[in-house]
Amino acid sequence: MDIIAEHFKEALLSSDEAAARGLMNESKQQYTSLQFVEKVLTRVLDQIGDGWEKGEYALSQVYMSGKICERLIESLPGEQRFARKDKPKMAIALLNDYHALGKRIVLSHLRSGGYIVTDYDRVDEKELVERACEDQVELLLVSVLMLSSALSLKEVIQQIRYQCPAVKVAVGGAPFRLDNGLWQGLGADFAGFSAADALRIASSFNGGKK
Amino acid sequence: MSNPVYMNSMLRVLTAMGHKEPDRVPLFLLLTMHGAKELGLTLKEYYSRAENVVEGQLRLYRKYGHDCLFGFFHAPVEIQAWGGEVVYYDQGAPNSGEPFIKKPGDITALEPPVIAESAHLREVLKTINLLYEESAGEVPVLGVAISPFSVPVMQMGFEQYLELMQFEPGLFEKLMQVNIDFCADWANAQLEAGATAITYFDPVSSPTIVPRELFLSKGFPVAVKTINRIKGPVATHLASGRALSIIDDLVKTKTGAIGVSAEEDLVELKKACRGRLTVIGNLNGLEMINWNRNQAELAVREAIDKAASGGGFILSDNHGEIPYQVSDEVLGAISNAVNKYGSYSKKEGT
Repeated sequence: MDIIAEHFKEALLSSDEAAARGLMNESKQQYTSLQFVEKVLTRVLDQIGDGWEKGEYALSQVYMSGKICERLIESLPGEQRFARKDKPKMAIALLNDYHALGKRIVLSHLRSGGYIVTDYDRVDEKELVERACEDQVELLLVSVLMLSSALSLKEVIQQIRYQCPAVKVAVGGAPFRLDNGLWQGLGADFAGFSAADALRIASSFNGGKK
Repeated sequence: MSNPVYMNSMLRVLTAMGHKEPDRVPLFLLLTMHGAKELGLTLKEYYSRAENVVEGQLRLYRKYGHDCLFGFFHAPVEIQAWGGEVVYYDQGAPNSGEPFIKKPGDITALEPPVIAESAHLREVLKTINLLYEESAGEVPVLGVAISPFSVPVMQMGFEQYLELMQFEPGLFEKLMQVNIDFCADWANAQLEAGATAITYFDPVSSPTIVPRELFLSKGFPVAVKTINRIKGPVATHLASGRALSIIDDLVKTKTGAIGVSAEEDLVELKKACRGRLTVIGNLNGLEMINWNRNQAELAVREAIDKAASGGGFILSDNHGEIPYQVSDEVLGAISNAVNKYGSYSKKEGT
């Protein structure tokens, strides 16, 4: 990792948005904005997400890093922004729960990676199936906090398989981190154990099973 | 030194918490929902009357022969006292609904609820009091208070709270002061009702959620102030969050025990806590759902082998609440395995 990336990572981990912005501006001698996003910002976000999964960093750092990066990208002039990626066609939802932190983190990471993602916000099982099928999304990302919400995904996924089988479902949230095999038991196509996983799932998505 | 003499649950737990070896490893089955199954009630019906929870707890105690009675209903019962909403599920723990602090500015007018004025909290106190009477001093009755540093996740939502914590120091301090007053009052009311000890649920202080530096500047002083005001024994529980890197800090909060995560190794945790904090944990509650009897027995045996030596260990789950979906068969297998492998008199080198 180069020195700019190292300092950028430190700034994100310290929730120091001004320092992160300063580094992005300073890097213009070395990188175009697009290169900075690809070679520094996205990679650092990946490292922080992976670091959380390994117990090296805290959830608050993952959250603040994603928020800061999203704001940095939004502040770039339109022509300097990362090319928007509309493939795969993605939507993200929080199932039942009121606590949207996990969804928010994943959304920030995906948007920082240039992906266009439709946010369904908080939905129940019925609405989730209806909207995913109606929108013909290719990859549906579902975040849950409570175990009961995670378990209700089994029926959601069965309905999706029946009503709109082209939709692939990625799941994430605390219950899946604490029981690594839960997602398979529910019939999901993918599971994300950190925000970095969401980026990997999106970037390697080919419409088929992992 | 091993102690072959049979002990009741209270003596067993107190001996273990005194970092000595009791007759066998104490077992806390922290069952908040299985009582409803025992009584054939929905969870919402079950929590509506103290008598239901008391009967549920007593039946579970007799059924599994574990070592505590749990006076805890669910985390958002405190939110109800603040005027917030609780969402019930058919087969899962209730959760708080829409946060009642809509914007950070709402904090300036916040006052702690009066315990006696909350019908929901009164029901919990009644439960604890009835359990205390039933226990006749032979079984610990556990109360629960959510940490002032962690309860804002339910009060205002996780995102807003993380930003408040880092960027709004004045409002953060105001919120902590109000929450400390409430938490101390609530914990002390439970102790007065008969709780033997208070479980101080503080997941946000875990390094899983905030870095140690942020914990030291925010959650740690709150824990010190709050625990200092609680007039009885306190056990901190990080509700599945990691603890290892803050064990020395937790010792300084004057807590007596720590509920630990399945994500950390019991050998390392026990080594870090030995003689200072009792380790409570760390059977994986979510994996329990799919265990068979053999897997349950193996997990219990492994935990005991790793952490029981010298006392200072209570076998329990990692989260402080066993999922509704865990079967009676698995709970029975856990209990049987503790009796089979947890006897200190049979252990070598203890």
